[in-house]
Amino acid sequence: MSGHPGNPEPLSPRAKLAVTAGRAAAAVSRAAGRGSGSVIGGKVALKLDPDLLGRLAQHLDVVLVSATNGKTTTTRLIAEALRAAGPVVSNALGANMPAGITSALAGGTDSKYGVIEVDEKYLAGVARDTTPKVIALLNLSRDQLDRAAETRMLAEKWREGLNGTKAVVVANADDPLIVWAASSSPNVVWVAAGQEWKDDAWSCPACGGVMQRPGDDWFCGECGFRRPAPSWALSGDHVLDPHGSAWPIRLQLPGRANKANAATSAAVAAVFGVPPQVALERMYQVQAVAGRYDVVSFQNRDLRLLLAKNPAGWLETFSLIDGPPAPVILSVNARGADGTDTSWLWDVDYGRLAGHPIMVIGDRRLDLAVRLEVAGVDFRVCETLDEAVSMAPPGQIELIANYTAFQDVRRRVGN
Amino acid sequence: MSDSSLRLVWVYPDLLSTYGDQGNVLVVQRRAEQRRLSVERVDVRSDQPIPTSGDIYLIGGGEDRPQRLAAERLRRDGGLSRAASNGAIIFSVCAGYQILGHEFINDLGEREAGLGLIDVISTRGEGERCVGDVLADIDPQLGLPQLTGFENHQGITHLGPTARPFARTVYGNGNGTGDGTEGAYNDTVFGTYMHGPVMARNPQIADLLLKLALDVNALPPTDDRWYEALRAERIAAASQPA
Ligand SMILES: [Zn+2]
Repeated sequence: MSGHPGNPEPLSPRAKLAVTAGRAAAAVSRAAGRGSGSVIGGKVALKLDPDLLGRLAQHLDVVLVSATNGKTTTTRLIAEALRAAGPVVSNALGANMPAGITSALAGGTDSKYGVIEVDEKYLAGVARDTTPKVIALLNLSRDQLDRAAETRMLAEKWREGLNGTKAVVVANADDPLIVWAASSSPNVVWVAAGQEWKDDAWSCPACGGVMQRPGDDWFCGECGFRRPAPSWALSGDHVLDPHGSAWPIRLQLPGRANKANAATSAAVAAVFGVPPQVALERMYQVQAVAGRYDVVSFQNRDLRLLLAKNPAGWLETFSLIDGPPAPVILSVNARGADGTDTSWLWDVDYGRLAGHPIMVIGDRRLDLAVRLEVAGVDFRVCETLDEAVSMAPPGQIELIANYTAFQDVRRRVGN
Repeated sequence: MSDSSLRLVWVYPDLLSTYGDQGNVLVVQRRAEQRRLSVERVDVRSDQPIPTSGDIYLIGGGEDRPQRLAAERLRRDGGLSRAASNGAIIFSVCAGYQILGHEFINDLGEREAGLGLIDVISTRGEGERCVGDVLADIDPQLGLPQLTGFENHQGITHLGPTARPFARTVYGNGNGTGDGTEGAYNDTVFGTYMHGPVMARNPQIADLLLKLALDVNALPPTDDRWYEALRAERIAAASQPA
């Protein structure tokens, strides 16, 4: 079933036609100025050949990556690590639904590995279609309250969809919802990758009992569901491998969450025989991922662009920014892609920004203003990014934005 | 109000805090402290007993299974019902609102008994989820300005003869019955479908709870300019749904 890199099975005529038609549609879409065109191309191709995704994947050793947060970055880190072992095709731009995935794979028919980010809702289906070698599961938490499935239901769907999978599942032992989702799989590699956000897993996914969480451990007070013993672990600035060796992590990407992503990526790479040291060194080359973590020069300041889409993401982001007096710009929108219910702002502990000069922009800056007022921190509401930047002295500014607000900022600064 | 400080009880954050419901707790607490009241905030997890000596109880929204677990544990514990019969002030949102009624439909599709503290019965809507900005006129007896909120629910709540509608909708669905009602209350037990969270957009509701707890008619003024700016924006948005 799996691909033999030197001797790929040829695509069927129908699949070939689908790939060609998809590429043509993508080119038209690009010419029309609609982004990279990858999603449109994939949609056309899938319509012509509904089994195309599976057929494209047949020639590859596939890794799937899913999570609420960190899937784009981790996909990139795994792709870099596996390049040590052969050519890789990946949906590096984060088009993570079946059409986008199909389009990305169609561009890499000569690759050995397919490293694929998958939207949480599509994981079970894509896993069925692509027969992956490895599935990496990082974390699950509340996101887009107005339209996403319930967080716990997602874990349940993963659990059903991955039941008995032949893939090696590399999963975060520190997130009870991930452990619940992964433990229907016969072959799991547990990684102690940490999870700062805990508020979606106080209720036992198995029995509904109240979860006990002493220190880094967790267990249900009523049934036997508990944290599994990890074979890999993130420990400060090091990743510990199953033999007990500690490998230093020296990423250019900032923050604890990215170290966790690197630890998981090292565990995935090891499944393919890439040693941790080789894998990690390749990850160090990654500077920014789809604009995230990029530092751009704007109005004589250095703006560090940080994306945070949900409470768990904001929590990890607050822990990586420079301390006061570093100025912070916050931008929040509530357009379709962000989720239109802004209640989640109240799950973010904005009190942690006390002492920073804070500027607030975005469509929903007034929601943020009330949130900050109640948190008791000082802030200024600005109309535009330019105005907010002009309030800060020359130097580095931390800019944290949710999804469409982040895209707005990237457009304005020409990133 | 008990001896020296206002006891603010947050019921079951482990089960019923999915929609930023902590926001209501934070706004009530902040507005009490701005009036130089000392506040004792008590977060009660679902494996702990509900204290009966609280002044104000807040209950939030949650997913379907946690809602059933919360109803089971609240019925077994009995503390919230005892507090209500002692005249406690209780404010509930969404799933919490349904639990305070006589019954609702649980995650298994079955009728689940609530606490019966508000004279309402909830069912589940067959159509699309109600999502969007809401504008409503609050019951004039409560003396509050217009209600602005964000609804995000599938439930439909029918008022019994003794419950008063908390508000009448100008835009949006509210209780989802088509009769224009939004939320309900019996005496000092309130329920609403409004997120936002609702206190962030309607700080006067937080003040109403404080006035009821303190048994006073007025509170010292606060600087509400950001609340007012947000209210104006969302009231305008409710009349122009996306
Ligand atoms: Zn349990």
